[in-house]
Amino acid sequence: MTPQVLADGLPTLTPARHEAAATGLRRSRRRRRARRASVLTVLVVLAGALSVSALMMGQFPLTAGQVLGALMGADEGSARFIVVELRLPRLLLGILVGVAFGLAGALFQSVLSNPLASPDIIGISQGASAGAVAALLLGGLSGAAVSGAALAGGSLVGVLLYAVAWRGGMTGHRFVLSGIGVAYVCAAVVGYLLTRSEVQQAQVALRWMAGSLAQAEWSLVQVLALALAVLVPLVALVARRLDLLLLGDDQAGSLGLRPELVRAGVVALGVALACAATAAAGPVAFVAFVAAPVARRLLADGTLALAEAALVGVVLVVGADLFAQHLLPADLSVPVGVVTGAIGGPYLIWLMATGGTRRG
Amino acid sequence: MSSTLRTRATRATGASGPAPVGGATSRGALVVLALLVLLALALTASLVWGARDVSLAQVWAALVDPVAGDNDHLVVRDLRVPRTLVGLVGGAALGVAGALMQGVTRNPIADPGLLGINSGASLAVLVAISGLGVTSVTGYLWFAFAGAAIAAVVVYGAAALGWEGVTPVKLALVGAAFTATATSLITVVLLSDTQALDDYRFWQVGSLANRPLDVLTTVLPFVVVGLVLALAAGRVLNALALGDDVARGLGQDVTRGRLLVVLAVVLLCGSAVSMVGPIAFVGLAVPHLARVLIGLDYRWIVVVSALLGPVLLLAADVVGRLVVRPGELEAGLIVAVVGAPVLLLIVRRSRAVAA
Repeated sequence: MTPQVLADGLPTLTPARHEAAATGLRRSRRRRRARRASVLTVLVVLAGALSVSALMMGQFPLTAGQVLGALMGADEGSARFIVVELRLPRLLLGILVGVAFGLAGALFQSVLSNPLASPDIIGISQGASAGAVAALLLGGLSGAAVSGAALAGGSLVGVLLYAVAWRGGMTGHRFVLSGIGVAYVCAAVVGYLLTRSEVQQAQVALRWMAGSLAQAEWSLVQVLALALAVLVPLVALVARRLDLLLLGDDQAGSLGLRPELVRAGVVALGVALACAATAAAGPVAFVAFVAAPVARRLLADGTLALAEAALVGVVLVVGADLFAQHLLPADLSVPVGVVTGAIGGPYLIWLMATGGTRRG
Repeated sequence: MSSTLRTRATRATGASGPAPVGGATSRGALVVLALLVLLALALTASLVWGARDVSLAQVWAALVDPVAGDNDHLVVRDLRVPRTLVGLVGGAALGVAGALMQGVTRNPIADPGLLGINSGASLAVLVAISGLGVTSVTGYLWFAFAGAAIAAVVVYGAAALGWEGVTPVKLALVGAAFTATATSLITVVLLSDTQALDDYRFWQVGSLANRPLDVLTTVLPFVVVGLVLALAAGRVLNALALGDDVARGLGQDVTRGRLLVVLAVVLLCGSAVSMVGPIAFVGLAVPHLARVLIGLDYRWIVVVSALLGPVLLLAADVVGRLVVRPGELEAGLIVAVVGAPVLLLIVRRSRAVAA
């Protein structure tokens, strides 16, 4: 907001100082734009490098050339099968899940103006978990049915939160607090189911709740891609309004916005993104929570940082999956969600310990 | 907004003088009295009802003049009394810890699960179960305490290192980050160790059953110190609620005050978690309920939370014993299922929350 303050003060300045102030302003604006560009570049390059490595590494190591050839459709038999049928779906699922969680977290945290308000804290993930665990342990279901149950559980929580928090409008606090209350109920349901089942079955449920990409196949990727193809443009559409909303309800109102409606729309988008990703891969821990704070810390200019948050999500999920697959003992087959939490957590702590925070 | 601020400011500054708002004191006394009655009811219910009901007269006889070999007396003395006392102390500790957390982080969604304290304690207990083969509650005790303390040191230390020092946002974020890390490590152990999962899943839902009395006597001193610190911290929390700068302006030593509060949280959470398991919901809901009853003055919130916590936890425990007789549901499950609708109702009605 500094530029505005300076601009208001300008008329009282002498021409010479006016000129100096304007130059300073331009310079700082240029510096911010440069930082934005370099952060974006670094994130894209990082995500690209991780993706290529994900396609190259494995029991049958491939060169970058072989990977490229397989992707271009060169008929090379086994290489093509490994890349297109085995590694690519998993990579794409990871990318889509990273984007969805990164965006969902960023939307929630900014629109509810609480850095703790990510879908894994305000009940969406827990609702999905309760649905999936019930399907696994009570229904003995697997595969797409579990995803469906997770989707149902998460959306049910979303709708319930609207019903509770909406009272001629919606305030962030009410929504967040209701969400946490619901999260505890869902956690209790999960706890109940876990203690009343065979311990081996409980372990299966636990694995689902950690979040994993191992179940990736093309049909799953297609469904999630379709969902994101609808949701992401909508996010881009509301992003500008959300930016205005952050000025405060009164300001936004005077600019012709209806704060309650915008807020409700943004939250609905966040719920949809989180539910879709959770249904596909389970509630991959901490991605939604950490993506936006990291992105904002990297930019350090107090803007919304939606694209950057999505990229941070991708880097985290794809990187964590690489780590889990190739750097940890294979017989453990650690789910990706365990690694995202174990890497994302300390990284956020380190960020907090080594520098100042701006806007959470 | 400005009017609430002003009231809060008057209360914070006038704390050392005579009671600033006459109405608040008499209302406070009334609320405390009502809660004491409720607590007495909850304690009685916890002694009377269960898999087998014991008449009030028999309970009294068992307490003052036990007959050896009498089954009812045995149930009351060996099972119900320890369980009730654990609920009383654990509930008070959890409720007050929650109030302190919400005050020190200035975040209404803070609870003892948040600063990483519960998950630190849980991780330590799991290490005890999986790595060292500890299986008894008495054995978990010190691990839970150590885990809670380590978590607090790491979280507070990391939050204090950056150039702005400890801020509520940083505390909350670092706490959540620590929780995620600990949860991931817990999941790794549970996925690779079936036996540990079998023990841990029962511990982590949280229950008052089968806690021997010596667990209680071991943690009691810690809880007492924690409660005393909490009572003393009321004024600090009132000042912190206005923001660090205002608090400093009012002559509060913000850093020392915050450290004091965190120390109290560790003592209370460590004790409660080691006794009853990580039941975080009590710590979330109780302070909100207290705020509805008594307003925004933390000196009163702490007192009211100390009474409301055990009422909630004991009530949940009794309900858990009655719903599936002769079996029972753990208090940790019931407290969320019964408490959440109440919380939602408060959230929906209260203007203070909406602000």
